[in-house]
Amino acid sequence: MIKTDVVIIGAGPTGLFCAHQLGIIGLKCEIVDNLDKIGGQCIELYPDKPIYDIPAVPECTGEELTNNLIKQIKPFNFNFHLNDRVQELRQENQIWIVKTTNGKEFNTPNVVIAGGVGSFEPRKFPTKSAEKFDGKTVLYSIKDKSIFKDKSVVIFGGGDSALDWAIELSSTSKVSLIHRRDEFRGAPASVQKIKELSEKNKINLFTKYSIKDVKGNGSLEEVEIKSEEGESKTLKADYVLGFFGLIMQLGPIAEWGLNLDKKTIPVNTENFETNKKGIFAIGDICNYPGKLKLILSGFHEGALAARGCFKYARPNEKYRFEFTTASNTIKDRLGVK
Amino acid sequence: MAKIKYIEHNGKEHIVEVQNGLTVMEGAVQNDISGIDADCGGSMSCATCHVYVKEDWYDKLPKKEMGEDDMLDQAYEPKSNSRLSCQIMVSDDLDGLSVYMPEKQV
Repeated sequence: MIKTDVVIIGAGPTGLFCAHQLGIIGLKCEIVDNLDKIGGQCIELYPDKPIYDIPAVPECTGEELTNNLIKQIKPFNFNFHLNDRVQELRQENQIWIVKTTNGKEFNTPNVVIAGGVGSFEPRKFPTKSAEKFDGKTVLYSIKDKSIFKDKSVVIFGGGDSALDWAIELSSTSKVSLIHRRDEFRGAPASVQKIKELSEKNKINLFTKYSIKDVKGNGSLEEVEIKSEEGESKTLKADYVLGFFGLIMQLGPIAEWGLNLDKKTIPVNTENFETNKKGIFAIGDICNYPGKLKLILSGFHEGALAARGCFKYARPNEKYRFEFTTASNTIKDRLGVK
Repeated sequence: MAKIKYIEHNGKEHIVEVQNGLTVMEGAVQNDISGIDADCGGSMSCATCHVYVKEDWYDKLPKKEMGEDDMLDQAYEPKSNSRLSCQIMVSDDLDGLSVYMPEKQV
């Protein structure tokens, strides 16, 4: 059990700046994110796309913004819990017990939800029949590639994950690669390699095909693919892999008894608290009259939510407003003279 | 201004007038038409405003720009007449356009 002042859900720019504000006012926090890296949508969706509306930063990429935010909170030494997701939230005597998928448990008076549009999860096959093999022989990520040795592996997708794994597995497995169109969005060198392997019959390449059905009695046996024109083919398959990118799902957040408006959480605009005491929501996931889904709005929301957290974390202290330019206490916290 | 018909997967039709300069996605969102999520807000970074364009209209629309097909690879059940509705800009020429929503966006 980790005891802390605040658990922040989401390590995107909004969550990171909220952590900074908590550090400035002397509170501790722990940050949990489902992705394997810090940065949220900025890193996952548009690391290279320039952003032009961060105040006083005329232009920066999602990656640069993230790196600067990480640098900005470095003095506080907050813990990140990546590749993990907050699953359960329950209250015991004014304290929130927060449990994650990996079994971590936090004990905190405050939770700040900075979850964007939810957590990123792999997009799955649309075919119902794929569900019963999910996680066993129908996979969306690879943990142990040795299981594919000498097996028939059917890979779907046209991006780098699909191409890289098709190339990698082609030396030890019988690989088929299926993509819905002729062009691939993977790196040109990989696309070239795939074409070579296909010419040498090391990979069975089917373009303009998509999944129709997966079949098997008990264990997976074959996968049926279809073309736009409705023509079907059946391929033998021990494993089926799908690499269709990530989608965003609200996930467990929807089950915590918070008021929801579509995929967003209504909050007040004084401190961005939700209908539950001690649960705050900031950034893209929160909703109030006039809400703008801008990073700068997330920064503002995070700063006010941090002050909202103070009264529950330090019920016997009075919050005192200070400027970073003038306060020696803050300078101590930042480790500057 | 163009009259656009949005057809939900269950067959429910919505005909709305959408201002020039807005996107087909914005036309749906502003009129509370369900079936288009637009999680990323129109920056071609997700694939949750995916629509199928009625065949006779598909070729009349301005062509896809770079990147749209890459995102469509990640959509739910993309077909040859798939588009991201955030990338279709409304103009008078689009009067009468019909778009179908997929069964779901995610």
